Amino acid sequence: MSGNEPNPAATMARATPEPQPRPAKAADGKRVDHARSAKQFLNAPEHAKSHDTRVWAMRTKRDKQAHTIEEWEELRQLASDIKTHTLTHLDTYLEQFEANAKANGIHVHWAKDGAEHNRIIHEIFTDHGVKSVIKAKSMLMEECGFRHYMDGVGIEIVETDLGERIQQLDGEDPSHIVVPPVHKMRSDVARLFADKLGSDPENDDAHYLAGAQRDATRPLILDADAGMTGANFAVAETGGFVVCTNEGNADLSANVPNLHVASIGIEKLVPRVEDMGVFIRLLSRSALGSPITQYTSHFRGPKQGGEMHIVLVDNGRSKRLGMEKFWSSLKCIRCGACMNTCPVYRRSGGLSYGATYAGPLGLILNPTFDAHRYSNLPFASTLNGSCTNVCPVKINIHEQIFGWRQVLAENGHLPWTKKTGLAAAGKVLASPKGYRAAIKTTNSALKHLPRWAIYNRMNAWGEGREMPSPPDNGTFHDWYKRHRLNRDGASRNTSEN
Amino acid sequence: MSSRDDILGAVRSAKPGLDAPAPTVPNYDENYPADRAGLIDLFAERLTMMGGTWHALPEGQTVDDALQEALADKLGKTFDEAVIASNVPEVAGNRALTETDAPGSVHDVDIAVLRARFGVAETGSVAFSEAELTVNSIAYLAQHLVVLLDPAEIVTNLHRAYQRDDFVSANYTVFHTGPSATADIEGVLVRGAQGVRSLTVIPAPVQ
Repeated sequence: MSGNEPNPAATMARATPEPQPRPAKAADGKRVDHARSAKQFLNAPEHAKSHDTRVWAMRTKRDKQAHTIEEWEELRQLASDIKTHTLTHLDTYLEQFEANAKANGIHVHWAKDGAEHNRIIHEIFTDHGVKSVIKAKSMLMEECGFRHYMDGVGIEIVETDLGERIQQLDGEDPSHIVVPPVHKMRSDVARLFADKLGSDPENDDAHYLAGAQRDATRPLILDADAGMTGANFAVAETGGFVVCTNEGNADLSANVPNLHVASIGIEKLVPRVEDMGVFIRLLSRSALGSPITQYTSHFRGPKQGGEMHIVLVDNGRSKRLGMEKFWSSLKCIRCGACMNTCPVYRRSGGLSYGATYAGPLGLILNPTFDAHRYSNLPFASTLNGSCTNVCPVKINIHEQIFGWRQVLAENGHLPWTKKTGLAAAGKVLASPKGYRAAIKTTNSALKHLPRWAIYNRMNAWGEGREMPSPPDNGTFHDWYKRHRLNRDGASRNTSEN
Repeated sequence: MSSRDDILGAVRSAKPGLDAPAPTVPNYDENYPADRAGLIDLFAERLTMMGGTWHALPEGQTVDDALQEALADKLGKTFDEAVIASNVPEVAGNRALTETDAPGSVHDVDIAVLRARFGVAETGSVAFSEAELTVNSIAYLAQHLVVLLDPAEIVTNLHRAYQRDDFVSANYTVFHTGPSATADIEGVLVRGAQGVRSLTVIPAPVQ
């Protein structure tokens, strides 16, 4: 465009950005309906397209990085083996970690579940008169409902990761474990920041918006009474832990206030410092397709004049460790590669899972927290196995998804339509005669029934899809009988097609 | 019983009874350049990929001159007005940096000049411990970071980096790879998220 003439197309596009889809959340005690929430997300086609494109771009960049490293597959095997070794000796490594951390002057606490985690940290904060806290992103703290708890006791928590801050300001859960607002478009962020931070609602430039948040958060960082981080890894040999970020926000949270509290899941252990070479080489390449995060920070003790606390959290992990088919899910390093490659996640958006963990990882982790609430999730998969193929620690994710379907069925957690449908299908498929009769009936039904009788809420397959038109010349079996069988039933060899 | 004992007990009885020894991790650096110059070039290339700036001093240029050349147009103020904190003998700076500074007090710094402990060619990373930072927060609250790196202290890859004893002796060790960055808004890469807006590495042997 020349001169100062407004571009009418651009103005119109800005005037009517597609509203952000907000899939409904299941009420307490209710089963998450992934398919319904996914449909609500897909009803916003611009958001759906943007999400798919961005998530797939991460997968593409991951491949490019992986292919530059000759030993990539060996690294995956090493990472998996190191985790197997650690998890089969986890009690020993936890004790070693605790002893070394204490020797370095770190206070170590243990929490059996989210409630105990929150209570312990509340006590630490009360002892230190903490009123405001800056915090780096932690999926464990999401699991524990930590921010919600702190809201209730009047302690202000400020997320310092840009993405997590966006989600906090919007009152929404993260939809991706690495990129929390990946489902949002820049127009959504512009509207949110205008409302919450007073930025220009007409300016949806990402640089402008990131700058507005930087300026708004900096004073909160300088004034905070305590800082919190999670941990990507904890090293038994040193009693230290490792945090990876791109923004440097974990380092700000840990290094500006005097008090640093870190929440660490007990499965984050690795035995030795040299193991970190394997995991750091894999982590960001698998996650975002960059060789390493901008910041890889190793904390082994409090800073000069500071105080450091670690809370080691179980929250269902020891139970999972005892599950023969599912314990290896504890190897997960939370890179998100399985989400980025998953055709269901890419098209349904993370919030449709209605759980702390979305995507393939979520399908195998969430049922361990609440089998009934998340009983639909293991069905949100085509079992294509792509998640397993990109997993940097070689978790057999798609096999575990299938395994969870079996467990949920055996324990009576399947919804009625799935249960009765699958039971009927099982009987029909077990009998060749019954199968042939069923196909004939179905084909005839598809030909003759009115649309309302086929496309209704009892037939999930018919939602968003047309049923196949039945062939005019009967079933394959009819055709085979006509063309391939002679009168006495023996097959004959012809060149007919 | 304490939660500690409960958790350890639960882990002990749940852990899979597999014989799974810890694997040996190879160094994977046979194919890195054998000569120093090659390793320096590789470091510079990888640093640039991650958004950092490699600034080799031309004949006769001082580190002070280099600061001006690299950053004068990025400060939003004149170079003479810039607050420069340095703990290296190569640069005097105009703001003192001492171990007793409160972490938040260094928020006024425009340019921090520090020396890295070592570098990693694979990723273009520079490593610091608390000894090189004086005040840990300086590396994040400063607007721009300038790092002196002794080319003799560049290791090939991360496996070699983690064999150094820094990680078992320092309370804080950090790899910086380019400046602070985010792509959280529609995947658009923004440099200068919460931490430094730029990272410049100057090769300079220890004097």
